[in-house]
Amino acid sequence: MDEKKEFRTMSGVPVGSVYGDGPLPGEFPYTRGIHSGMYRDRLWTMRMFAGFGTAEDTNVRFKDLLRAGGTGLSTAFDMPTLMGRDSDDEWSIGEVGRAGVAIDTLDDMVDLFADINLGQVSTSMTINGPAAILLAMYVAVAEKDGVERSKLNGTLQNDILKEYQAQKEYIFPPRPSVRLVSDVVSFTASEMPRWNPISISGYHIREAGSTAAQELAFTLANGFAYVEAAQAAGLNVDDFAPRLSFFFNSHSDFFEEIGKFRAARRIWAKWLRDRYGAKDEKSHKLRFHTQTAGVSLTAQQPEINIARVAIQALAGVIGGTQSLHTDSYDEALALPTEDAARIALRTQQIVAHETGITSVADPLGGSDYVEWMTDEMERQAEEIFKHLEELGDGSILEGVYVGIENGWFVGEIADAAYRFEREVNSGDRLIVGVNSFTEGGDENIDLLSIDPGTEDTQLKRLSEIKQSRDSDSVETALNRLSLEASDPGINLMPAIIEAVKVRATEGEIVQALESVFGTYVEKAFV
Amino acid sequence: MNKKENSPIRVVLAKLGLDGHDRGLKVVARMLRDAGMEVVYLGLRQTTEMIVTAVEQEDADAVGISMHNAGHLTLAPRMVQALEDAGLDVPVVVGGIVPDSDLEAMAEAGVAGVLGPGASAEDVAKCVREAVATRGE
Repeated sequence: MDEKKEFRTMSGVPVGSVYGDGPLPGEFPYTRGIHSGMYRDRLWTMRMFAGFGTAEDTNVRFKDLLRAGGTGLSTAFDMPTLMGRDSDDEWSIGEVGRAGVAIDTLDDMVDLFADINLGQVSTSMTINGPAAILLAMYVAVAEKDGVERSKLNGTLQNDILKEYQAQKEYIFPPRPSVRLVSDVVSFTASEMPRWNPISISGYHIREAGSTAAQELAFTLANGFAYVEAAQAAGLNVDDFAPRLSFFFNSHSDFFEEIGKFRAARRIWAKWLRDRYGAKDEKSHKLRFHTQTAGVSLTAQQPEINIARVAIQALAGVIGGTQSLHTDSYDEALALPTEDAARIALRTQQIVAHETGITSVADPLGGSDYVEWMTDEMERQAEEIFKHLEELGDGSILEGVYVGIENGWFVGEIADAAYRFEREVNSGDRLIVGVNSFTEGGDENIDLLSIDPGTEDTQLKRLSEIKQSRDSDSVETALNRLSLEASDPGINLMPAIIEAVKVRATEGEIVQALESVFGTYVEKAFV
Repeated sequence: MNKKENSPIRVVLAKLGLDGHDRGLKVVARMLRDAGMEVVYLGLRQTTEMIVTAVEQEDADAVGISMHNAGHLTLAPRMVQALEDAGLDVPVVVGGIVPDSDLEAMAEAGVAGVLGPGASAEDVAKCVREAVATRGE
């Protein structure tokens, strides 16, 4: 950092790095931000989510994004990959490479990151049920490229609890799934110090229909649950808590969102210090990624989504996010085109370089309204924590399990979603282009279409790999994995890495685990 | 049809395939109930066979399937075909993200109606009623 650099407004007025009284940004409980200088010292990471078709297709998009000034990669996997199924599984037909990239074996992962230096880039992988397998593949690709594990930088979503609550991409029942999460946490704590092993995500909870306070509370409660699980597995809180990161939604109610982000930091800091005994400051600091609200994007007059995204991005930045994905305007209709993704990235760059927002940390701190909203978000969240503690006899982890098993989370979210729809339906809530100001913008925009040949290409590739690999080593690796899965005392990461290296498929590894863990089936519940 | 004329429309709702986005389908379930229909909610990860069985057992008048991951061109025609193969004259309504350019293909495949993002409670109920009214045609 150049200490002499002066920050001035567009008109030349010099501005300080922060205004108001303490606790200041960088000071406990970090309501105002986790760093004293915030974006003066370092901009947020502009991390654009991408993935479609085959690994080669997505690799091209990754390289485009890096050339366009993106500073981190974020991988979207297709539905079969997210669900731990191979492309040749009967459930996968019609979904291979459609909503993300198809990954079956290590060879696909090698293609996905071809010509990208894994020692220099930071990579986020949005995957949960089979997260440990994809992390194992990433580690194996790096090893092939000669990059040490300890140099790898990135984030694995690996947040299984919110899958049962909102996104529904679970495979195994909650308890063995949380064991897998803990295995990843302790593996990365000892071998991958720069890796974020869980991105505790409110994004999907909000997209499924929750309120801002529910998003905040469910997400932090899940965070507490992972802390309790890792402590129960014998880890010291300060050995893993600094690497836990969060992922929030930024929706359209500007001040509510900012209050939510500020409250999140304050709650986490207090709970980690006071309840979980964390002594390291880094354990107290809640770092988060933000994505603008996909659910707010309208299919009607899609171009106006650009304005929505800009406002939501602004809320995320004023709220102090560490990284940001801006949605593309065409995402209510299809996966984004390259052009739409470029506009979304440019939107962030305008916020970063033209608005002056980056000069001053927590610019809204001290506003009576924003401080009140922050307190109110915290109050509502604390009420929910109390309920979960009661459900779990004093344990948040147990409370979360109970809330999943008895449908409490999904019921709360469905109620909130229905309330919102009724407001829109009755006209109490105006959505521009949907129930008001509906004229214009009828012409069709160009949409991304996925090459229908993707599925065939991927199937052919998978079948070739299955024929060329050494099937004895695959069998040995999978047997070892099942055996170790039945002993909760063994960390499963080494066995999974071994299995991906001999080219066991994702689906085979999942089946080996399923044979021990079982499968989760949600009770149908409206 | 040997049901009483005045009996409420009964709709089977399900997510077909792997996609787990069920916000829309749950909202639709409540909208249809509010409109006086009976909803048989099957939930996530249903196959066409499971849906056909439910339609037979529940004597349903319509099937609503929801998809958000661009699987509609493959999965929706299969649903229509599966009902036809089982000798059931039950219309299929698709909800989710279906680009306008795919609407023709959906109609050709025999899908009775498509509900996109932003459909109101009235749109949803009307679409199902109209689909059911075409039975026997």
